[in-house]
Amino acid sequence: MKIIVPIKQVPEIAEVKIDPETKTLVRAGIPSILNPFDEFAVEEAVRIKEKFGEGEVIIITMGPPQAEDALKKCLAMGGDRAIHLSDRAFAGADTWATAYTIAQAIKTEEPYDLIICGKQAIDGDTAQVGPEIAEILGIPQITYALEVEVAENKKRIKVRRETDEGFEVVDCRLPALLTATKGLNEPRLPSLMAIMKAGKKEIKLVTAETLGGDPEQFGLPGSPTQVVEVFTPEQRSAGIKIDGTEDPEGAAKQLVEWLLKKGVI
Amino acid sequence: MLKINKDECTGCGLCVKVCPFDAMHLVGEKAQDDEKCTLCGACVKVCPVDAITIERKRVDPSKFKDFKGVWVWAEQIDGQLRNVGLELLGKGRELADKLGEPLCAVLLGHNVDEMPNILAQNGADIVYVSDQEILAHYTTDAYTDVISALILTEKPNIVLFGATSNGRDLGPRIAARLQLGLTADCTGLDIDDKRQLIQTRPAFGGNIMASILSPYTRPQMATVRPNVFKPPTDAAKKADIREVDIKVNKAAVRTKIVDTIIEMEEGALKVDEAEMVVTCGRGIKTPENIEVVGELATELNAALGGSRPIVDQGWMKHHQQVGQSGRTIAPQLYIACGVSGAIQHLVGMRTSDVIIAINNDPDAPIFTVADFSIVGDLFKVVPAIVKELRRVKAQK
Repeated sequence: MKIIVPIKQVPEIAEVKIDPETKTLVRAGIPSILNPFDEFAVEEAVRIKEKFGEGEVIIITMGPPQAEDALKKCLAMGGDRAIHLSDRAFAGADTWATAYTIAQAIKTEEPYDLIICGKQAIDGDTAQVGPEIAEILGIPQITYALEVEVAENKKRIKVRRETDEGFEVVDCRLPALLTATKGLNEPRLPSLMAIMKAGKKEIKLVTAETLGGDPEQFGLPGSPTQVVEVFTPEQRSAGIKIDGTEDPEGAAKQLVEWLLKKGVI
Repeated sequence: MLKINKDECTGCGLCVKVCPFDAMHLVGEKAQDDEKCTLCGACVKVCPVDAITIERKRVDPSKFKDFKGVWVWAEQIDGQLRNVGLELLGKGRELADKLGEPLCAVLLGHNVDEMPNILAQNGADIVYVSDQEILAHYTTDAYTDVISALILTEKPNIVLFGATSNGRDLGPRIAARLQLGLTADCTGLDIDDKRQLIQTRPAFGGNIMASILSPYTRPQMATVRPNVFKPPTDAAKKADIREVDIKVNKAAVRTKIVDTIIEMEEGALKVDEAEMVVTCGRGIKTPENIEVVGELATELNAALGGSRPIVDQGWMKHHQQVGQSGRTIAPQLYIACGVSGAIQHLVGMRTSDVIIAINNDPDAPIFTVADFSIVGDLFKVVPAIVKELRRVKAQK
């Protein structure tokens, strides 16, 4: 089976701070990580390959040169090779332009059996690129996958997916695109050996010129949405704080009184 | 325009079968479209040899005036309209009035009965209804086909989707098919002085807000989080209910729902839809203790949720998890009991209107975002709050 996993390198949100003076995002010194939802996607792809004892897992990313670190992590987790779409021309892409660009790279790998994306990236949280890639490629999608079962003949897939009410079991023919959510698996921590071996795996660098497709659809110029303003929301600050260790009843009374006064209850 | 590569076409006829407009025919064993084609893309999707492609051009801004109306996808599930659709009608009314354009609801389902009337009562001027058995349950393919085709024929100016699981599955699919922009999870919508839709959304875990426009394409599309806007209160009126004549063929739906498992208990509230949410964190120590916090939720008629460790232990369901890897929510009242407040939790709830935190660690990070903090033992404080609430209620 040929499985393609598009991934993204994202800033560690937990480390993102706002400069209290300028009210802007402090980007310096923030570590970059592999998007956590993409770890589930890579893990699942590698597990499917391991289960069948054959196949290939190809990792694709679009991003600046340093995104190579995220690709290396995926290769250490068991990916076989990687494609790195890196060009200033890709910069500033919205979800549509991103999906279009990644889809062009996936087309160069046809025929493939399965594409697995993370449910969403934790920086933008849009959850749009996966479904958009599926539509551009003209294949069905199953989002929020929690359990994946590839049929023995490798022609169909059965997926348990999360819904707002519970679960749904969905069956469809391959090729298809899945998006992985938390609970699909426990991503492995690559061993030192695996990390060393990953260093020897191929990472193919692809630029706008070598990718193909319609260059007018790349990057900021190809994006139908445009960010016109970025601002810092009013930061929350701590309000009233009372000690209820000695007198929990008294504290409860104060809280309920406060809630009533605020008109919340 | 639609392009058919006659060399590739095998004349299988699948495109003829799935065309919702009866615009595809086999001529000399090759596919041929006619003037009824709306470029909905249903044929492109099913062609086994990829012989059909669509070339789309961006809308020329001088044609923007042809696109009229604010649309809201009114999601229904098992015969129940989701609240977010009504909330969007509330906001949509405001946008439509600013533009001087009609507010329209788009309803897909089967045996939708009273639902169009409910949508009318909530402010819709026009309700587009597609009632077919194949639409009884949401599927990506069927819903994308119908709504894409409807957008192409009716040319709305704005299309809004609730950012539910299905809304986030459907929106990007339609956007990609029609090569449109789509802004995810908006928390603010307005019309600017050039009559464009300003879409505001949080990014970087709520650290920054971005205002986004779709300057080159129409319709302008966005998904909107539940619970951000209020449903209209006084819109009781009659709408023009229009049956949509777009038929979906079985062959156009490539996924098959084999089983549906409803995990929500009857009457239970969802953390991302409820006005009030009470959550517990590691401080509850054992799964049995959830009941202590559950009682507070019941007393307030609030949804009960948990932080990541609680869900990871299997003490609560996935859909109850609040935080980055769970649900991002913004209820009117959020009460965190024994939640320390790791940043991944905070990004999921810090836009709530009012935040209350109860924790025995005076330095717990949750206190930095709480409007009212109580340092203390949750097993003593929470039951005391329940007692006090009951006392106050009895007095009223």
